[in-house]
Order: sequence, then structure tokens, then C-alpha cells
Amino acid sequence: MASDDPNDGAPTGKGPGPAHHGDDTELSTLLPPRRRWWTALGPDERRWLTIAFVWCLILFTGMYVWMGIGDQQTPIESYRIEPDDFAAEVEAFVDEHQIGEREGAAVVAPPPGSDVFLQANQFAFRPVLQLERDETYRLLVSSTDVQHGLSLQPVNLNFQVLPGYLYVIEITPDRTGEFPIICNEYCGLGHHVMTGLIVVDGEEA
Amino acid sequence: MTTLTAPPSRVCNVTGFVIDRNGQRLALANVVAGVVLLAFGGSLAILIALQRQGLPISDDWWYRLVASHGATMLLFWLLLFEVGALYWGSTMLLNARMRLPRLAWANFAMMVVGILMAQWAMLTGRATVMFTAYPPLTAHWAYYLGVLLFAVGVLVACILFFTNVLTARRERTYEGSLPLVVYGLVAAAVIALYSLLTGAVAYGLLFLQSVGVIENVDPATYRLFFWGIGHGAQQVNLAAMVAVWYALVGFTLGGRPVNEGLSRFAFLLLIAFIHLGAVHHLLVDPGLGTSHRIMNTSYLLYLAVLASLIHAFSIPAAMEVAQRERGYTQRLFTWLKKAPWREPGFSSLVLSIVYFGFIAGVTGVLMGTMQLNMLIHNTLFVVGHFHATVVSGTTLAFMGISYYLLPLLSQRRLVGVRMARWQPYVFAGGLVILTAAMLVAGQLGVPRRVADLEYSGSPIGVTLFETGPTPAIMLIVSIGALMAVAGGIMYVAVMVLTLLKGEHTDRPDAGLGFAFGTPERERRAAAQEEAAVATAQATLTAEAPTEDRRPRRWAKFEAPGTYVLVLGFLAWFVVMYLVAHLNLARAWPVG
Ligand SMILES: [Cu+2]
Repeated sequence: MASDDPNDGAPTGKGPGPAHHGDDTELSTLLPPRRRWWTALGPDERRWLTIAFVWCLILFTGMYVWMGIGDQQTPIESYRIEPDDFAAEVEAFVDEHQIGEREGAAVVAPPPGSDVFLQANQFAFRPVLQLERDETYRLLVSSTDVQHGLSLQPVNLNFQVLPGYLYVIEITPDRTGEFPIICNEYCGLGHHVMTGLIVVDGEEA
Repeated sequence: MTTLTAPPSRVCNVTGFVIDRNGQRLALANVVAGVVLLAFGGSLAILIALQRQGLPISDDWWYRLVASHGATMLLFWLLLFEVGALYWGSTMLLNARMRLPRLAWANFAMMVVGILMAQWAMLTGRATVMFTAYPPLTAHWAYYLGVLLFAVGVLVACILFFTNVLTARRERTYEGSLPLVVYGLVAAAVIALYSLLTGAVAYGLLFLQSVGVIENVDPATYRLFFWGIGHGAQQVNLAAMVAVWYALVGFTLGGRPVNEGLSRFAFLLLIAFIHLGAVHHLLVDPGLGTSHRIMNTSYLLYLAVLASLIHAFSIPAAMEVAQRERGYTQRLFTWLKKAPWREPGFSSLVLSIVYFGFIAGVTGVLMGTMQLNMLIHNTLFVVGHFHATVVSGTTLAFMGISYYLLPLLSQRRLVGVRMARWQPYVFAGGLVILTAAMLVAGQLGVPRRVADLEYSGSPIGVTLFETGPTPAIMLIVSIGALMAVAGGIMYVAVMVLTLLKGEHTDRPDAGLGFAFGTPERERRAAAQEEAAVATAQATLTAEAPTEDRRPRRWAKFEAPGTYVLVLGFLAWFVVMYLVAHLNLARAWPVG
């Protein structure tokens, strides 16, 4: 771009090929540096490096701090389980607590504070769960076929569901209403029909 | 003596580099093949976007298109371009020769075969498993084998790159240490080596399963290995993109590294720590402990984020210093105002850095924060994030450098310079719209890779995304996608026209604002002359010369404008971090 400013730091560029350089202006990101290229940091570089590193440490400790102060934590508890064994557990669970049916799916009302099974398979989550507001439940989630994604909406909490692994997700619904579950891990050509439901009963806040 | 054939190398009239013809042809072939795949992947993007707005595409076909779009862009386009960049960096920038050119050509052919096999499987519906290919979903063996052939090809290209560099070193075709750009490419190639090896394990297991040699692949183990390449490949893109950023500073502004040591240190940090970030994808998986998640997702105390923050300063600082040396020394941001905004390489560079930092980098760190990951895992937020990284970041940077690589390597004048000047703005503009809308949609819970957001086929219906703001946001996603594709078409048009119609010349910098080598020396000589005249006039009229008016307390700063800019960036980062945690606090208590 043409300059209308006087070129006060007038570069003294000369010198032949790109492989040679004398003063700073002959250096380039595209050419070998000077023999000694480790030079002291400038004041702006030093400050930015310090600030950036402090921010990195804050980000790091932030995860531990949230473990102390937050109510929303990443579930850790998990077990290995054979898909067939899991399916049998789900069957028993449904038989014990079923209270009705909805669109052909069993509706289950487990006692507050209990273990609650939720099975993902191509292409549904079952059973439909009826929970009480402000009670804590241990969702025991696994898949009997391929990988799925448990996405609780519109709360927007998302977890991976793997066959062979039982994931324990402790939840405390803090509002009433109907909360659809959608699958958000591609699981085959019926992926977009894979849904489930959690109904939360209780007094309105 | 071979007197009948062309000499094996030539001296570039623009850059002064000795260009090996084998290296030139191989670099060009890989880049051009990459551009062809970019064009193909872009056409798929049009269909994917229009289906959302009612274009009748069957669900089956939509998933095929999404699978192919992902593999085409993430694997084939980016890695082919990177192989081209590796050949270019290890020959031209070192005045060196291409070793084992026949092997390199055979390797190129193998990669093309791999691509064709994988595309055949995906487009015929034999491999609708998506790029992630999570077992127990299974695909036709040709898909796994195709991707494996391609990956092995990239691995061989990395080894050829190292062979070139070592030969150049032994034959002393360059003095002292490697140029910073090549150093960055070395970092990319090292990361590629270990990423591709873990990827070969993951896809290798699936291939063996698909032909019946092994029975079962554990899904959790597979995920660990897969993300070694799934995330690793993005880190190769990152390192290559940063190297290209440095190259663009050199080409468009005549810039030099402000502190060679610091920039190189940052590349070392990347090599050492960035692969830990692969665990980002496993943060809401069963099977991993808390310390494992936190140590890895933080790249061990965020040391790889530190590397990016260093480059975020070093590259704008290099621009600022180069501009100040050109005389734009006045206020804090005069250097930026007077920058060559019409130069396609420069605008690509700036848009790519700004977008990568403010959107891609920040969303990446947020998603990779252990507890925040629950809010976005597998939503459209993830898709918005990686379109910001690999499309508006890496792809835009690669487009920018193409405007110089293609003329230099093909010795042709760039055709369509006017279109090239507009292209980065159109492309980046489309991506701003696309990614912003995707990020918002993800926050509303819209899932990725779902053909029908109305869930019309479900027994238990979900009407969540039919009402409210989601339809409008998805319309904006589609508009952004089409605009970005328009920018992509402009780029491909310039590339194709240059290769087919560009006039042969020994000064391929014509029409471009090259600030390196011969054109830069010519510019400096002219500027010196002008300055001499101006000084003479100033003495006559007794005018005071324009002085450096930057604030006194920053007098010792090399790049005060950049310092202010990065502080502003950090403030944005902090605000987004707090906002994300406020969102998290609104979810159900979970643990
Ligand atoms: Cu599913």
C-alpha cells in the first residue's frame, strides 16, 4: 500500500539472496534466524507471558474449585456390565415399578432416592421415567447395542452411553414438567427417531 | 550429463529460493488434489444445508452426505494441503532437493486410491458410520482400508519431509537453524506421526473386525485410540496453520519473528502437551477417573493453551513491528489501519487469527473444561466450534497462502486478483454467520448429526425444536453455510483459472503485494529514495518530521498495539468463561 507518511524508520534493505542477512530488516519468518536466536524477552512479551500463564493456572484450578462450589459435576462412577445382563436388570426394574404405558412405552415411577435404570438401544430410551421434584435419583445408564448419546432437554445435560459400560448419573430434578431425552450420538439410520422422556411431578416452584 | 532435460532446479526470481522441480511438482499436485476435494466437500455442504430448509433428500442420503462431508474436509482436504505444505517447506524454503520423488509419487497415488475407496463406500451407503466410526457400528471393509491407506500415505509424507530436512542439513543448503516456518512444520509433522499411529490402531482394529479376524472392539478403548487421531489431526492442523500464519506475515508484510526463541518455545510446548487434549472427547464417558480427566483435559496445566496464547501475541506483534519499520509508527493502531487490507494473503491472515482466537480457541477451552463439557457434548455447539477452528481458522489460512504458493510454484500469474481480494471477506463472513448460529443452537440443545429435528418418526414426539427460536437459527445456519460456500467457490475459481489460464511468467508476483525477496528489495529502494527527497524538502520548509506518538509508558514496548489487543482478547476470554459457568449453574444438580 502506498504510504503518504514519511518513512522515518527507513529500512536499509540491501543484500543479495534470501539466505543472507545483516541487520534486523533482513530477517524473516521464512529465513534461517541468526546463529544465536535466543534473546531476552521484551517488556511486553514478558508481561503477556506472565499474564497468560496465570490465566492458564486459573483455568486449571477452576475445575477443582467448581468441584467444591458447584452443584453440577461430571459423573465419574461407572462399571462394566454385559449388555444382556443390563437388559435383564432393566426388565426387572420395569416389572417392579411400572405404573402405566405411554405411546407403547412403559412408564415407571421408582421410589425417590432409588436406583433408576435407563436403557438406550436402537432407536429408543426406555422406560419413560416419572420422578419427583427435588429428589435425587441414581440413573444407571447403558446401551444394549451401539453407542448412543443421552441428551436431556431442555435442561441440556449430555452424556455418552456405551454398550458394556454402566454409567451412574446422579440427578436432582429441580423443576417440574416433561423433559424429553434425545439421542445425540449417531447410532444408525434411525438416529433421528430415538427419543425418551422424563416426567417430573411435584409442586410448582 | 543431462543436457536434453530441464535442470533439476531453478532459482525463483521473486523469492530468491532455489526451487527443486520435483519438490515443486509434488507440492503442487498435493495442493491441487486438496483443492479438488475442498470443492467436492463444499458441494456436499450445499446439499446438507438445503435439506434443513426443505430440499427433499432422504434421511439415508443425508447421513451419507454428512459422513462424506466430514471425511472429505477434515481428513482429505486438510491433510493433502498439509502434505503439499510439508514438501514445499522442506524443499523451497531450505533451497533443498526433494528426496525419493518416485516414492512420493507412488505415495500420492496410494492416497488417491484410499480416498476413492472410502468415498465409494460412504456414498453407496456401505459406510454410513460417520468420521468417528464408533463401534459396534460397522462399515464395509473398503471404508476402513481406504482411510488407512490415506493415513499411511500422510505418515510416509511426514517421513519424506524429515528426510528432506535432514538431507538439506547435511548438504548445507541453508545456514544455521531452520526458518521459523519450517520449524512450525516440523512440529506439525511430529504431532502427525503420533496422531496417525494411534489412528492406525483405531481404524486398524475396525478393519480387522470388518474382515472377521477379530470379533469385538471395546467401544471405550476404541474411543481413546480414535481421539488420538480425531483430535490429533486437528492439532496437526493447528501447528500447520500457525506455521502458515508466520509465512503469511513474511510474505505480505516482510515480517520477522519478534522473538525467535519464544515462538520456537511455543511450538515445543505444542508438541509436548497438545495430544493430552484428546481426552476432551471423553469427558462425559463412563470409565475415566477425575484426575485423569482434569490432567489431560487441561493439557497438564494448560501448557498447550499457553503456547497458543504466545502465538496469539507473537504473530500480531510481528505484523506490528514490520509495519512500524515501514514507517507507520504513529499511534497505537496506525500500523493496523495502514495495513494492506486489500491483499488476500493479509486479510486471510488477520481474519483467520481473529476468528481462531476469539471464537475457536475460547469455545475450545470452554468445551474442554471438565464440568462445562456436559452442556455441549454432541450438540451443534461442537460443530460450531470445529467449523471455527478448521474452516475459518485453518482453511482460511491455507486459502491465504495459496494465493502465493500457486503462482510461485506454477510460475503463472494469479488470475482473478480482484476476486481474490474479496474472497477472504466473503468466506469469513459466511463462517461468522454459520458458526455463531451453530453455537447458539447448541446452547439450546440442538443435537449434531440428526436428519430430522422435528422427530416426526418418534413414538414419543419431541417438539422442542419446531417452536421457539430454533427454526430461525437453523435458517441462519443455512444462510451462513451458503455464503461460506460462495467464498469457497471464489477461491477454487481463482486456483483453477490460474492453473489453466494463468500467463507463464518468471515474475509471478505480478498483481500481488509481495513483501519478500525481490519485490521487497525494490520497494525498500524506492522508499529510501522517496525518504531522501522528503528529508530534503523538509529541510527546505523546516517541517518537523512525524514523530512516534505512542504513549510514553509504552516507549520500550516493541508492539504496544498488540499488547493492548491481546489484553482485550483476554478480557473476552474471561467474560465467556464466567458466562459459561453461569449457564452451568442453571442446569439440574448432577454428579
Ligand atoms: Cu441413538
